[in-house]
Parts: sequence; structure tokens; C-alpha cells
Amino acid sequence: MNYINHEQVAAKTKSRLIKNNILKGLFLAATMFGLIVLAILLFRIVTQGSEYLSFDFFTRFASRIPENSGIKSAFLGSIYLMLVVAPVSMFLGVGTAIYLEEYAKKNKMTDFIRINISNLAGVPSVVFGLLGLTIFVRYFGLGISILAAGLTMSLLILPVIIVASQEAIRAVPGELREASFAMGATKWQTILRVVLPTAIPGVLTGSILALSRAIGETAPLVVIGIPTILMFTPNSLLSTFTALPMQIFDWTKRPQVAFHDVAAAGIIVLMTLLIIMNSIAVFIRNKYQKRF
Amino acid sequence: MSMKEPKTTISVQELIAEKSNRGLLALIEKIMPKLLFLIAAVSVLTTIGILFTLIVETGIFFSRVPIIEFITGREWYPFANSTPTYGILPLVVGTLKITGIAILVAVPIGIATAIYLSEYASRRVRKIIKPILEVLAGVPTIVYGFFALTFVTPILRSMFPEISIFNAISPGIVVGIMITPMIASLSEDAMNSVPNSMRDGAYALGSTKLEVALKIVLPAAISGIVASTVLAISRAIGETMIVAVAAGSTPRFDADLTGSIQTMTAYIVQVATGDAGYGTTIYYSIYAVGFTLFLFTLVMNMLAQYISKRFREEY
Repeated sequence: MNYINHEQVAAKTKSRLIKNNILKGLFLAATMFGLIVLAILLFRIVTQGSEYLSFDFFTRFASRIPENSGIKSAFLGSIYLMLVVAPVSMFLGVGTAIYLEEYAKKNKMTDFIRINISNLAGVPSVVFGLLGLTIFVRYFGLGISILAAGLTMSLLILPVIIVASQEAIRAVPGELREASFAMGATKWQTILRVVLPTAIPGVLTGSILALSRAIGETAPLVVIGIPTILMFTPNSLLSTFTALPMQIFDWTKRPQVAFHDVAAAGIIVLMTLLIIMNSIAVFIRNKYQKRF
Repeated sequence: MSMKEPKTTISVQELIAEKSNRGLLALIEKIMPKLLFLIAAVSVLTTIGILFTLIVETGIFFSRVPIIEFITGREWYPFANSTPTYGILPLVVGTLKITGIAILVAVPIGIATAIYLSEYASRRVRKIIKPILEVLAGVPTIVYGFFALTFVTPILRSMFPEISIFNAISPGIVVGIMITPMIASLSEDAMNSVPNSMRDGAYALGSTKLEVALKIVLPAAISGIVASTVLAISRAIGETMIVAVAAGSTPRFDADLTGSIQTMTAYIVQVATGDAGYGTTIYYSIYAVGFTLFLFTLVMNMLAQYISKRFREEY
């Protein structure tokens, strides 16, 4: 007597395997979709923008004529903006992370701070723009300035830096702290000389990635109301300015098609900055991050 | 001790210096936790600042426009000269159109990508693809907006001539592309945390990879996948630059996707780039719209947290 009908089993197995292979192909296609979109996007932008990309593009101000347009004020504005955002957001972010990981007691207050940070990370950037416009531009009287925009951006990326720094600090093994305490070091000495130096590659990697988000962020700048056509470069923290994504937004909105190519040239510069920042972050992660 | 006597002699001055140094150290030890707590409080102050800003300015708006008109009104014509109307529903509908299209694009592609990466791909392939997805997630939204307007829209228009330059479909698709990496990466994390013993059990019973993926891994990871989708919806609702560039500025209370629409975020951008003066009703309206937007995303974020906490299966 034959309990197993081998033909039937073979037929069923075959159809199941065929199904498996078809779906595998579909899953692979879905995965490739993202890669293909990225390739098309980069290809389009490079072919569109390379025509306008030249050395002069960096030394000219914005103009009504596409051929004469440049990104001098926008490029410098973005750099200055980062000079505000980097120290402010890292100081606040790392400080908060040290507090939460090293000092905070397990109580309701700490829970509240944690939940608050994760909710803050989900607030749309345009709402941060409204915060900046009301608090920094109007109440603090900073005006439409690098400082006002920089503080707004710092708060926007703060949750990202806090979470990255927390992870880096948590990865420092407890033995290192105990060894330091055993040598007679105080808690703060241990944090400053043992925990932070060990955690700093992780902190830097996370912070640079957060900054690369800030440099491409447009919506808060739009809401704060920074201008797009600016014929001078900013000379102080309180002077008005424009930034790369803002300039790209302005060129994209214009009806003349030639300006779209200028926008593409601006996007090439922005994306190059992003790639440089990301490469630095990856380099630091691979070179200096210790694994325990 | 058999070793030599230490060379140094004890100096009283040094001891005193050391002691005063200790005092300083003790002071630092006392101050630092409080200082760091103050720094940590900045994130709480930020939330308070956002709530304060939105509530106060929205309050002024509602002193001029009845709240009932705002919530139930089907016409949003703030720029009308004679009788401006402020009914937010057209903007909400615009936002829902974009979000709906984005989710239709992002959920199948995102989950399929997650299944491929977690169940089929070799470690080497995963190591190549994951960073590329991260790059895709890091592209600034203004760049996506440019892509929607200058690439996706012309393609759609060449296929369907009835679509106008500004429409809901193109930015909807591109917002979907933007949130796909988020769904893919969070869903993959959820699938990775399903223990291999469960997969091995199914393989031992003769399952194919597909059956393991769909009948074992997917159900086990469903809370993480749903949470990632809800988070992605929240991101799509709050997305600003793509819709500001490519969706147009026509608030409409209908189901049409081919014509110009306006979302809540795009309205805020329109007013901010326009010349509405400080103190006008239009100026305060962006806070009321921003508040509505904030509530939408807050509910979505809390829902995502609730789902991943409440329905998570621990292995």
C-alpha cells in the first residue's frame, strides 16, 4: 500500500516552488524600484544642471537672468547656518543624552522627558517653522536672521542628536566606568574623561547625519520668511540671509524652464555637500568606532 | 614594604591645594547633574513652546473666525476680497489625497523590499542595498519636489493628457517614494527580530521561503509593520516641500486627483511666501492650520507607539 502519492506531492511542490520564485522576483523588483528611482533622479539632475555649473556659479548672486544666476549668498548662508546649528544642537543634544543615560533616575519626570523627545521627533518641520517665527523672530526680536533660523533648525534636529548620542553613550561598557571609579575618579571626571571620549565617534556620526538633514531642510526657512533674492552676503549672526534649499525652491517655482536647470545646478551643489557630510560620518564610524 | 621610600616629601601647601581642589571637584559634582537637567529640559521647553505658539495664535484666529466654520466649512477662500471663508475641510481633503496615494505606493513596495532584504537577500546584497535606501531617505524634500514637478508630472501628462501641471497624483507618488525607505527599514527591523527557530520549524515541515515569509514572519512582525506604516502616514501628512512645489494651490472639497489641489502644509507655505502682513486674519490662519496639522501627526505618532507597545509579541 502506498500512503504517499508521489506524483501528487511533486505536482503540488512544483506549483508552490513556482509561486515562491515569482514572488521572489516581485520582491526583488520592489527593492530595485528604490534604487532605480535614485539613479534616475541623480542622472536627471546632473544632466539638467551641469550646463549651469561653473566656478562663476559660486561667485555670482541670484539674478533675473538664468545665465547670470549664482548661489554665492545662498551657499555662504547655508554654511553660516550650519555654524550656528552644529554647536547649539550638539551642546543641547549631547548634554541631554548624558543626563538621561548617566544621571536621570527612573521616575515619572525622566519618562516624561523621554516620551516628549520621541514625540518631538514626529512633529512636522513646518510646525517648527511656526515656532521659530513666533518665538525667535518675534518674541526674542531676532528678526529674520541666521541666529533665529539656526536656533529653529537646532531644535528641529535635537531629537535625532539626542537619540544617536544616547545610543553611543549606552554602548560604552560599564567596566570602563567601574575601572575609572576604582581609580578614585568622580562621576563627572569619569563622564568627561572616559565615557565621552569613548562615545565621541558615535556621537559625531549621528550629529553629522542630523546636520545633513538640517542643511537640506526647507520648510522652516520658508515659514520664518527668509528672502530668496539677496545681493549681499551676511556679515553677522543677526543679519538676514538666504540658504541653498530656499534658493532652489525659488528657482523651481519660476515658470521659465531655464530656471529649472539653474535649480538643478543648485541641487547638484546641495547633494554634493550632503554626500561629503555623509562620507565623513561613515568614515568616522568605520575608523574610530570601537566595538566592545 | 621592601621597595624604596617614595622620593616625594609631603608638602602642606600641596595638601591644602589638593583639598581646595577637592572642594571644587565636589562643587562640580553637585552642579553638573542640575546643569545637565536644565539642558535636558530644553526639549520639554520646545514642546511647550510649540503648544504655546499654536494655542495662543490659534486663539486669536478663533476670536475672528468661528470655530464651527473652521471645522465644518467646505470652502477655503481666505484671499477673497469681500467675504473670505475659512473652512479647513478642503485642505484636509487635499492632505488626505496626497497621503492616500503615497501610502498606496509606499506600503506594497516598502513591505516587499523588507521581505526581500530580511528573507531572501544574502548578507552581501543587504550590505549594499541598505545604505542606498538610507541615501534615498536622506534626499532633501525640496529635491523630491523638483523631481515631481520636472520629471514625474511630464511623464504622467504624456500618458494622461487630462492631468494638469499641478495635480495630486505626481506629488502623491513622490511622497510615497520618499516614505518607502522608512517603511522598508522599520519593517525589516521588525522581521529581523522574529527568531530563526520559528523559521526553522516551518522549513522542517517543508515550507517554501515564500510560505515562511508570508505565514510565519509577516504575522509575527505585524505590529512593527503596522507601526511603521502609521509613522509613514504621519510623515506624509506633514510633508511640505513636495506638495508646495508640485500640487498647486487650489483648495478643493472633491475627489478629483488630476487637477490642482492644496494641502494644509502647502497653504502655510503659500501664506509665508506671500505678502500677508503680521496681524491679519490670514497671518493667524496659518497657526490654526498648523495646529490642525500638529494634532493629525500627534495622533498618528501616538497610535504608532501604542501599536508597537501593545501588540508586540516578545520572543
